[in-house]
Amino acid sequence: MRVRIRHEITQHFEPGSRNLSVTVRLTPRSHEGQFVQRWTLDLDSDCRLYPQEDAFGNLCHAFTVEGPAEKVAVMAEGEVETTDTTGIVRGTVEPFPAALYLRQTDLTHPTDDIIAFADAIARSKDPLIQAHTLMVALHEAVSEGEGSALGGPLAAADALAAKKACSGGIAHVFTSAARHLGFPARHISGYLAVDDVGAARHWAELHVPKIGWVAFDCGRNLCATENYVRLAVGLDALAVAPLRSTGADCLEKVTACDGRAPPRLAQAQSQSQN
Amino acid sequence: MLSRTADNLYWLSRYVERADCLARILDVSQRLAYTPVTYGGSTNEWGSAVLTAGCADMFTERYGPLDDAKEEDVVSFLAFAPENPASIRNCFEVARTNARSVRTALTSEMWDVINSAWIELRNFPNRSLTRDELSRFLAFVKETSLRFDGATFRTMLRNDGYWFARSGAQLERSDNTARILDVKYHVLLPEKEHVGGPLDYFQWASILRSVSALTAFHWVYRDSVKPWLVADLLILNRQMPRSLAACYDSLARNLDDIASAYGRQGPSQRLARSMLARLSNRSIEDIFQAGLHEFISEFISDNNKLGAAITEQYLT
Amino acid sequence: MRQAFDEMSSIDGQVRPAYETLQHWLSSVPQDVLAHRRQEAEYIFRRIGITFAVYGEQNAQERLIPFDIVPRIITKDEWSRLSKGLEQRVKALNHYIRDVYTKREVLRAGVVPEDLVYKNPAFRPEMNGQRVPHDLYVHIAGIDIVRTDPDTFYVLEDNARTPSGVSYMLENREIMLRLFPELFSMHKVAPVENYADDLLATLRSLSPNGGHEPNVAILTPGIYNSAYYEHSFLADKLGVDLVEGRDLFVKDCTVYMRTTEGPKRVDVIYRRLDDDFLDPLAFRPDSVLGVPGLMSAYRAGNVTLTNAVGTGVADDKAVYSYMPEIIRFYLGEEPLLPNVPTWRCREADHLKYVLEHLPDLVVKEVHGSGGYGMLVGPAADKMQIEKFREKLIADPDNFIAQPTLALSTCPTLVEKGIAPRHVDLRPFILSGSDKVRIVPGGLTRVAMKEGSLVVNSSQGGGTKDTWVLDA
Repeated sequence: MRVRIRHEITQHFEPGSRNLSVTVRLTPRSHEGQFVQRWTLDLDSDCRLYPQEDAFGNLCHAFTVEGPAEKVAVMAEGEVETTDTTGIVRGTVEPFPAALYLRQTDLTHPTDDIIAFADAIARSKDPLIQAHTLMVALHEAVSEGEGSALGGPLAAADALAAKKACSGGIAHVFTSAARHLGFPARHISGYLAVDDVGAARHWAELHVPKIGWVAFDCGRNLCATENYVRLAVGLDALAVAPLRSTGADCLEKVTACDGRAPPRLAQAQSQSQN
Repeated sequence: MLSRTADNLYWLSRYVERADCLARILDVSQRLAYTPVTYGGSTNEWGSAVLTAGCADMFTERYGPLDDAKEEDVVSFLAFAPENPASIRNCFEVARTNARSVRTALTSEMWDVINSAWIELRNFPNRSLTRDELSRFLAFVKETSLRFDGATFRTMLRNDGYWFARSGAQLERSDNTARILDVKYHVLLPEKEHVGGPLDYFQWASILRSVSALTAFHWVYRDSVKPWLVADLLILNRQMPRSLAACYDSLARNLDDIASAYGRQGPSQRLARSMLARLSNRSIEDIFQAGLHEFISEFISDNNKLGAAITEQYLT
Repeated sequence: MRQAFDEMSSIDGQVRPAYETLQHWLSSVPQDVLAHRRQEAEYIFRRIGITFAVYGEQNAQERLIPFDIVPRIITKDEWSRLSKGLEQRVKALNHYIRDVYTKREVLRAGVVPEDLVYKNPAFRPEMNGQRVPHDLYVHIAGIDIVRTDPDTFYVLEDNARTPSGVSYMLENREIMLRLFPELFSMHKVAPVENYADDLLATLRSLSPNGGHEPNVAILTPGIYNSAYYEHSFLADKLGVDLVEGRDLFVKDCTVYMRTTEGPKRVDVIYRRLDDDFLDPLAFRPDSVLGVPGLMSAYRAGNVTLTNAVGTGVADDKAVYSYMPEIIRFYLGEEPLLPNVPTWRCREADHLKYVLEHLPDLVVKEVHGSGGYGMLVGPAADKMQIEKFREKLIADPDNFIAQPTLALSTCPTLVEKGIAPRHVDLRPFILSGSDKVRIVPGGLTRVAMKEGSLVVNSSQGGGTKDTWVLDA
């Protein structure tokens, strides 16, 4: 499937702010099952983009807007060709051994409730079945709702207690519980192209012995399909945040849709880059 | 130098100067308040002290209208109140915080003055002071600022740090003088009734005292106290260190020194020079004719603009 | 517990040669003169404002650390043994940290368990693959040393993040020179005052760019930090700017400071700010103490941070217990300074032993510091021990245990006169691109309470001047 993505972020600052440092994590990489056909990044202000690779292998860009400014707008746009791999993720850039992803963070901190939840799940000798059982249990325990407007996804404990969370909050509970059960688990940000619009989405990957990394989306109770485009990987939502700065509120507009109709117009636009 | 260091030096000096001015205001109010009513009239000196200190709104919110302001409330509010950000105690507190942040840019003598004053301040109780205690307290505050100025003058390298510190002090000082004039300008106006009555003498003398200029007045003018001469001394006379003209004389010089050290000048130099020119080119008659109150209001606002220009150009 | 070894009078009361002159002098000076000099010292300390803040105490916002006027003496031979051991230790620490963030051979070889690295809160994934100038991570280390007898110095703790206390080492010497010039005329004491010079040379050697004069700055969290005095003291001695996060900004992956003459580039930042707060775009997003974008400049190789980010992965108490193996692994040498024997409660048989011997052991939190959250078995009552047992069983990974050592004592001026008090020693080791520098001496901390083994300043410990004799 060819997915066409457009991701706009407008970050607001105190009026008159100067020397605004921003890091964006808005460039997907190719791997088995995902090939980035073309991708462009555009800013509303004149400054140099410094491409960097972060510790988890994500492509980032750092830049500084001299200002004075009260907003910075970033627009990422491109096309990604995907194929279905039944959720198995291979051919990715892996700077760390899987064991690193047993590490919990503030956002995935396993509270007593999470430990109790994870320990209550039916045990299976087959780790893949065990992982699926966890997904199903979590899908029942926490339903998917709107994301919180400010402050990013809920921490794992809060999401579990609220019984309702956005995809990022659910992924926090999932990674937290999975790590507790001994699965290396990581947080993924990306895009889901279904229906006409599609959206930004978070899910998780578990490292299953003998198979490797497998992508689980507990909110939708399934393993990732060709409708998913993987953007960034990290230990929690903070590590995969598409934009980090010291600004106040942030506005995001995302479309991800089936782009099999030849997108001539978009290609013409991409030539005007840089 | 680091902008924040310059900023700390500048505000450190401003706050020491401000504490000194507050002490003088309290001193003078106390004196006027003890003058028998037949000489002092019915004005409430304590209320006008609050007005001069520029914290009338906060005071009325807590203690009611200025006309009914009580000595006890005013003294504790201007001298000690932790909730009044401009109280003498807080001025010292902020001055020391600034000093700690720039320990390395101060001479040990300057630090010593500020740090000892801050330690000493704890010896004065937070409750209302007896009149004796109050006098001792005010003397201590004035002495601290004298020692600080002396330490600065005698020990600090004559470089940008010194010039920023002095600019802060001069800017604060001219603001204080202008504010005293702003609150009291009406007693200096000629159309006022019973000019020359005892009430006026004490009011005029109190203005002079609040900038330690009563003796100086006689030396400069060799005349009895007259309102336009009081205004002349405080606004235009460069011999008088607290006059607006004298303050701007030093300010313009300090800012020029900075500009020549850095090899470039900007809005603050231009603004200071134009204000100095204005103070040099006018006579006190002109000022009275055009309106004393208007002149002072405009000065206060321009003085604030210069403060903002210095901040923009160097301190951020 | 055995009787402690006293560094002046040994165990048998025989005065050791290094202390003979001092002992003679002490017994000839009247008590009230000593008491008076101590007051004088305290007055000077307060006047110059050498204070520290104790967290969690509202009223004692600025407190003095008690200063003891009786110096501690180390002989030339003892020091040369110590300094060799320290250099070896810091070398190994640097190797270990580089390995952990690059090839991870130490994990593959099974010398250190993986989860001690990956699950360690002080491990910074962000540092993975990050090149640092000259492969040096710990440029300024403080290694805590204790002594139990004439021949044995143990390493008690490695401090590889932002060790503090060096200002006390320097100020203590200044005060001693002022108060007791006659004592210095009787001893050949190796100077420490060149520390500031050594530190500046070390910092400058770490600049990422040749070609221009490196601009060094010290980054402080601000005046409310407990060690602020030290930060300003060092800036003053080094003649470099003391900056807060808000004084710096990043533009085009380069760090600048705001000056009255416009932006000025910064090459080396001696930061006294914890990793977590360095950059809100990379670590804690709510940090207002740091510099947004700093890590992007660091990753681009345009600025050196000393110490490097993530050095804490090498200095917690669990890693400590592996240090002898780490030294052997990287250097192929036997450790010159032994570790205190340590039981890792994360290992079942160790835990069993510890639980059986709680009244005899010191149990510490792996990530604790400042003497908080520890159990000193012999000094605790039954209740305290039982309460601690529960904590230990609930989370054994979080604890290590050590025997209660009979720490050496030094003569100390207390209310009743001169009496022995327990001491430790923190020397400071500087690693630059050119060489390792250690000034002879360090900070001696002394437990002012009789019998107490806790020397931390936050718990009433004091300091002493430390003399390394040159002959």
